[in-house]
Amino acid sequence: MAKHSVSMTVNGQLHEGAVEPRLLLVHYLRDNLGLTGTHIGCDTSQCGACAILLDGEAVKSCTLFAVQAEGANLTTIEGIAAGERLHPIQEGFHAEHGLQCGYCTPGMVIAAYDLLQGNPDPTDAEIRHALHGNICRCTGYQHIVKAIQHAVATLRTRDAAVVGSAR
Amino acid sequence: MIPEAFEYAAPAAIAEAIDLLASRGDDAKVLAGGHSLIPMMKLRLASPGVLVDIGRIPELRGIRVHSDMVTIGATTTHAQIEQSGDLRDRFPIMAETATVIGDPLVRHRGTFGGSLAHADPAADWPAVALALNATIHATGPSGDRTIAAREFFIDLFTSALEPGELLTAVDLPYPTLSTGMAYEKFAHPASGYAVIGIAAVIGVDADGICRDCRVGITGAGAKATRADAAEMTLLGELLTGERIRQASGHAGAEIDLLSDLVASERYRAHLVAVLTARALRTAWERARPLAAKNDWYAD
Ligand SMILES: Cc1cc2nc3c(=O)[nH]c(=O)nc-3n(C[C@H](O)[C@H](O)[C@H](O)COP(=O)(O)OP(=O)(O)OC[C@H]3O[C@@H](n4cnc5c(N)ncnc54)[C@H](O)[C@@H]3O)c2cc1C
Ligand code: FES
Ligand code: FES
Repeated sequence: MAKHSVSMTVNGQLHEGAVEPRLLLVHYLRDNLGLTGTHIGCDTSQCGACAILLDGEAVKSCTLFAVQAEGANLTTIEGIAAGERLHPIQEGFHAEHGLQCGYCTPGMVIAAYDLLQGNPDPTDAEIRHALHGNICRCTGYQHIVKAIQHAVATLRTRDAAVVGSAR
Repeated sequence: MIPEAFEYAAPAAIAEAIDLLASRGDDAKVLAGGHSLIPMMKLRLASPGVLVDIGRIPELRGIRVHSDMVTIGATTTHAQIEQSGDLRDRFPIMAETATVIGDPLVRHRGTFGGSLAHADPAADWPAVALALNATIHATGPSGDRTIAAREFFIDLFTSALEPGELLTAVDLPYPTLSTGMAYEKFAHPASGYAVIGIAAVIGVDADGICRDCRVGITGAGAKATRADAAEMTLLGELLTGERIRQASGHAGAEIDLLSDLVASERYRAHLVAVLTARALRTAWERARPLAAKNDWYAD
């Protein structure tokens, strides 16, 4: 089949290439770009291990063709930290033992990131609702919710400090 | 899992999409959100030769408010419906339903039109489209036409769309009476799809008489249907808790019930009655808050 040229921005960097239409976005990211932080858990659209941000919204990259992301702006787990400095959500997972095997974690962090963009002060129930599309076989979710609340608290003090210093 | 190879086109306009579909006949398939089609292609349950991606046609997306109705473009996502301020006031059932479809990640991609066109017997939107008396717009090689929701669902995964026809938009007419609406879903424990989903709309006049009653049922049979017998029991009557219970017993009477691992025929019949009662009760309460509550407490 004829290849299609695609160009998309991934973690701030423009990538161009030619792909078969049937190439799934998750395979493009992992195999073509070498960004293996995005995992394939189920391959049947259930587990969310493959979650990435597509133009700011969390989506399952195993259920999208790479050609559908033409021109889009993507963020994968590799683009969440600021260089060596972990994002508060990642710090939260570290501090609260939000992972065991870690397989689901990239997707969990992406889903949490998406939630906090729109709702910086979620209840536990809202966090659970937002993680509906992300399955974890290890933790029992309790610590994942705590990890995200940890991030909420960090972000709140950080924002307060910024507001304070602006005064 | 890797789908079979296919050709891909992403037209920028409706006319272009129609031409592409016409030129390739049965070999072509529309790609909207892809959240039903791509999983099927990965399992090779579907192997179209060409995909016409309608995700880049701006005129197909978005919610437009008119004086007598709201029009929802085919590729408007479940998430856009969930968050729409325009829909919240007139059609609270839209957000109520959107939020129980799949999960937030699925809702970012899956589309309203795609769900209706797919006619999955366990999908949520078909019940709601029926209860809201939606009108579906389609465009194809032989021009534009409209299809009433009642005529749209034909059979298992079969809608009234002709091959090569595109669902472009859906009109939701505003209710004229004091109206309440509700969606009740019993979700499949693993897939999250509806084992049974009931959408109810009730309109009452100033005396509390039911002048409008529409109930859409999904999950029960091969296609989503209206609960005609239940509706007839309530129309023209003064609503009471008892009458709603009676009516709910008639819901689904016309349906050839499905049976599977999760729910037998009998269990489905039971769920239809229970969820219809709940949806009607809530819709009624929302239509006439005080009257409904008094009767509820008097029961
Ligand atoms: C994990 C998961 C959970 C889900 N849970 C639920 C749930 O709880 N409830 C529920 O209702 N759904 C659920 N879905 C399905 C989801 O809502 C789909 O998005 C939806 O059913 C199909 O919409 P789509 O835009 O993705 O269509 P696509 O997958 O792109 O298309 C589906 C079919 O419709 C055709 N089609 C699409 N758009 C048009 C159009 N405009 N005109 C003509 N033909 C068209 C396509 O050719 C294809 O045959 C779930 C999906 C997943 C992956
Ligand atoms: S790998 Fe994409 S949802 Fe599981
Ligand atoms: S930590 Fe192992 S799957 Fe979540």
